[in-house]
Amino acid sequence: MTDILVAPVTDATARELPSWRLVARRPGFIIGALILLFWIVCALFGSSFAPHSAYAQQLLATNQPPSSAHWFGTDQLGRDVFSRVLVGSRSILLVAPLATLLGTVLGTALGLALGYLGGAFDAIVGRLVEAVLAVPAVIVAFLFIVAVGPSAQTEILVIGFIFTPLIARTVRSAVQVESQLDYLAGARLLGEGRIRIMVTEILPNVLPTVLVEFTVRLGYAIFTVATLAFLGFGVDPATPGWGSDINANYGVIGAGYWWETLFPALAIASLVIAINLVADSIERVVAG
Amino acid sequence: MALYLLRRLGLAVITLWILSVIIFFAGQVLPGDPGRAILGPFASQSAVSALDHQLGVDRPLLTQYWSWISGAVHGDLGISYQYRAPVAPMLFSALDNSAKLALFALILIIPLGIGGGVLAALDAGGPVDRLVSLTGLSLATVPEFVSGIVVIVIFADALKVLPSQAYAGSGAPFGTQLRYLILPVIPLVFEFFGYIARMARAGTIEALESDYARTATLKGLRRGTVIFRHVLRNSLLPTITVIATQIGYLIGGLVVVEYLFNYPGVGRLIFNAATEKDFPMLEAGVLTIGVIYMVATLLADVLNTQLNPRLRTGITG
Repeated sequence: MTDILVAPVTDATARELPSWRLVARRPGFIIGALILLFWIVCALFGSSFAPHSAYAQQLLATNQPPSSAHWFGTDQLGRDVFSRVLVGSRSILLVAPLATLLGTVLGTALGLALGYLGGAFDAIVGRLVEAVLAVPAVIVAFLFIVAVGPSAQTEILVIGFIFTPLIARTVRSAVQVESQLDYLAGARLLGEGRIRIMVTEILPNVLPTVLVEFTVRLGYAIFTVATLAFLGFGVDPATPGWGSDINANYGVIGAGYWWETLFPALAIASLVIAINLVADSIERVVAG
Repeated sequence: MALYLLRRLGLAVITLWILSVIIFFAGQVLPGDPGRAILGPFASQSAVSALDHQLGVDRPLLTQYWSWISGAVHGDLGISYQYRAPVAPMLFSALDNSAKLALFALILIIPLGIGGGVLAALDAGGPVDRLVSLTGLSLATVPEFVSGIVVIVIFADALKVLPSQAYAGSGAPFGTQLRYLILPVIPLVFEFFGYIARMARAGTIEALESDYARTATLKGLRRGTVIFRHVLRNSLLPTITVIATQIGYLIGGLVVVEYLFNYPGVGRLIFNAATEKDFPMLEAGVLTIGVIYMVATLLADVLNTQLNPRLRTGITG
């Protein structure tokens, strides 16, 4: 323990919070951010610039192929698919970020505790985490949604809770690396309490890891929300939503009405790819 | 080695036990009375109570858990509420179907992923590398049902060359079954190609930069020999472990793919059981997936330590 008093305090952590200028220079980030911005604008104001109402049914014009009047055609109830795609970004862009935020906050707290306190607590919670990870996230999610009943709040809670152990695991290993470093021994010698060390000493140094986890998990959250909606566990079938619209219409692909499912599917693809381009840019800059 | 194996096995058993408790009590949270669910809303309360008694669901929870778990250990998975028939045969035939789909997917994913990753590593920073990384990342982040719909629209609807249903019937000839499985396998391959390629790329780059690879090059071996004899042997080790840990995610993907392509596998079985509140079926299905995941991870660990003797002492010591 004596050597820490003479050893110079070096910055042993290579990972720093990303310089936004470096991130913004990456073409992947620019493309991803533009697509993301487009969908956020649609989520906020989509209903005011969509060419038709997303809800209005025209029962005399059902299953119309794409035309100049209906760019993406109409669905089985004669609703304009283009308008529903624009407005449908709202539900997913509300649920996924909130769920990711919940999972990140809980996961970071748990990871800090696991990594720093260690011992029996780490061993017991580690087993629990392993048990939950043995079952695919989609199955865990729909089990709980069936149990509690579908709603936006349930979805946020369930996805947040599923992400908690995953994020905790990553944060835990980052904390364990930090725990080896001299500044923590120094802090302990100064008599700082455990909670204080975790929050004021370790947390700032694992924040880059947390940020990368958040952006990567956001992509998975979009993926999971869309998949749950497709499986029929969406919030409300009448509300326009990409996954639930696909669920409602994929049965008629065989009849040749491909536009009712293909366009919402492409919308989901564009959103997840955009988020992953952004996440990948941040990750690369953080990793140096 | 034996001690290490025993320890890993012990931990796996404990994890499975915790999983069984979670599944069982999560199943109890599901709303609705099993007797009511089977008999429908118009059955009399006395008939519902009688059926509940017959099913044993009116006993205390701990008793129910004990009879369920001791049955499961002996291979008795209970009676399905939905079909009023033993769970085990239905579960096994669904597992058989899922195994066909998963095996077909793995046969394509492993060589494609490793090949793509090695090619990317040999061109690290170059156009091939960027192409493989970007394609892999994009394909992996698109949900399976989205890519599934795209391939259905193209190959089943527009070109009409492949069926959009995955199930050819259990008695269908091998070639026909394979043909029906081509479209469902594509989303699964898309999902895992990028991840495996990324791992294979990282392992290969690390091996390429190692001292032994440099020595091999400097002593005049041809590039091909260096790559096949020295680099690949070392770089593929971590990839094997990664493939095994992906088995769990593969099963998650099966739920969606089987639902989309109407294929009677274990994913669709669990999905139906959950929506129909068929607890015995649901619990048996989810527990089986947990066992498969545990066995796959354990095998990966053992394989990894067998192939890489340096790890053995590192872990037991």
